[in-house]
Amino acid sequence: MRERSHPNGRVSQSVQSPVTLEPVIRVHALRKTYGRTVAVDGVSFEVHQGEIFGLIGPNGAGKTTTMECVEGLRAPDSGAITVLGLDPVRDVRALQERIGVQLQEAQLQKRITVREAVELWASLYRSPVDGDRLLEQLGLTEKRDAWFMTLSGGQKQRLLIALALINDPEVVFLDEPTTGLDPQARRAIWELVRGIRARGKSVFLTTHLMEEAERLCDRVAIIDRGRLVDIGTPAELVRRHCPVATVVVVTDHAAALAAFEAMPGVASVTQAGRTFTIRGEAAGLVTQVIRCLAEHHVPVHDVRTEHPTLEDVFLELTGHAMRD
Amino acid sequence: MLRGLWRLTWLEIKIFVREPLGVFGTVGVPVLLFLVVSRLLGNRAPRATAGAPGVVADLPVVIAMIVAVGAVLSLVAIMAIYREGGILKRLRATPLRPHTILTAHVLVKLLFSALTLTAMALAGRRLYPAGVDAPWLSFAAAVLFSTACILSLGFVIASVVPTARFAQPLGAMILYPMLGLSGLFVPIEALPPAAQLVARALPLTYAVSLQRGIWRGESWASHAGEVLVLALVFGACVGLSARVFRWE
Repeated sequence: MRERSHPNGRVSQSVQSPVTLEPVIRVHALRKTYGRTVAVDGVSFEVHQGEIFGLIGPNGAGKTTTMECVEGLRAPDSGAITVLGLDPVRDVRALQERIGVQLQEAQLQKRITVREAVELWASLYRSPVDGDRLLEQLGLTEKRDAWFMTLSGGQKQRLLIALALINDPEVVFLDEPTTGLDPQARRAIWELVRGIRARGKSVFLTTHLMEEAERLCDRVAIIDRGRLVDIGTPAELVRRHCPVATVVVVTDHAAALAAFEAMPGVASVTQAGRTFTIRGEAAGLVTQVIRCLAEHHVPVHDVRTEHPTLEDVFLELTGHAMRD
Repeated sequence: MLRGLWRLTWLEIKIFVREPLGVFGTVGVPVLLFLVVSRLLGNRAPRATAGAPGVVADLPVVIAMIVAVGAVLSLVAIMAIYREGGILKRLRATPLRPHTILTAHVLVKLLFSALTLTAMALAGRRLYPAGVDAPWLSFAAAVLFSTACILSLGFVIASVVPTARFAQPLGAMILYPMLGLSGLFVPIEALPPAAQLVARALPLTYAVSLQRGIWRGESWASHAGEVLVLALVFGACVGLSARVFRWE
């Protein structure tokens, strides 16, 4: 049996935490163009306190532009943005003290050491956290005296995240935090991001990795070609747009086909040799199939369930795959 | 406004020193070149000094100007590398201001220019004993002041130049003609009238004139005009670069 984990636990967790009335980020009808190219076209969403919010979509969908408008690095053409009650363009100085950002494709000086970078950043803010403790938390203590250029991809990314946390920010922005990292480094970053949430902070991240969004984010907004397509918890989006689950049964039993087709809620059954693929309403399909197998005493070689993922939701909503 | 300036300057000095080839190119090469050329010209130098008030007599001014132009090109290149590499972009998301970053790099350039010139002066003391009674302190002040003004031209170029590949040629295209017309190699009076007009509109001309005057023992008061022009250029360039500065 192959298992798929769903982040249901996290959803209930965010419900339990005290929900403040005012969202930490509010974006309304954001629009940004570069020349004739419309990068972001009427995007609206809110990020709540203590959640990991993911903006997901393929490269070039407008994720980074949206995020950089929220951070105050770009001025929107139109629309309204509030972050912690501040206007990111007008109040950028006040905002910088209260947010932390990790930018896509940002680098540091090649020959700056980890410790020097942390000390420089700490000197720029009014109330920085302890740099040594931060490096310890991010597993960079041993690399304190290493030059930036000698760090691995994962270490560089952890340092850039450390710099985003130096001012003890209330909202942390992570733009494609794990792009280009190997699976192990990616998991380390995920743990780190969960740690940020555990300290009561809000995280706004972008990713084009659906698995990352599904495992890490409490809520996601899907963006494609500058437009926001839908928003919700990963589980909600899957239920809403891909309610069909698949159960694959491998059996030699002669009457299997008829038995499967007779089940309620089944949309289709296809047979390829001794492999039967059953599609139907996600809610209850697995239970149905198991009950059916037991009732008809069907000997099985294998049973697999395939639940739709955010990747399928994206395909369903936009008509094209994530990785074009 | 200049929060983090000293820390950043000190950091950039350390980072610069960590690239031995860069330090050698900035300080070592000019000094070596100076020593080699001096040795080659060694026999003729006294005669030239006595004869034409040309290049050799004003050797310290020539060197100071060439070092200043080199510093500008290097400033422009570093900012382009920082911009291209996303370093400026990352710094932008901090309370650091563009001027803090530029100023830190200018201070680094001034420091290493001063080191280069001091090394040359020490080497030159032995080779050209005639210069011993020159107004060294006053001249050093004139060089530092005009180098800072020339670097402010680099401020503007460095603020906008998009890529590192483009930075060096662009900087050279702007600065070398200025240097050629500055009266450093050919006296302004010997230029065709049109070129003279252009030369008088260029800031480097005033830097050369100020340094040469001070080197020859003239008073600062007699060069107040140059000081004023250079100060205005400095102010204008700083103001302009603040407006046109590009983070990425």
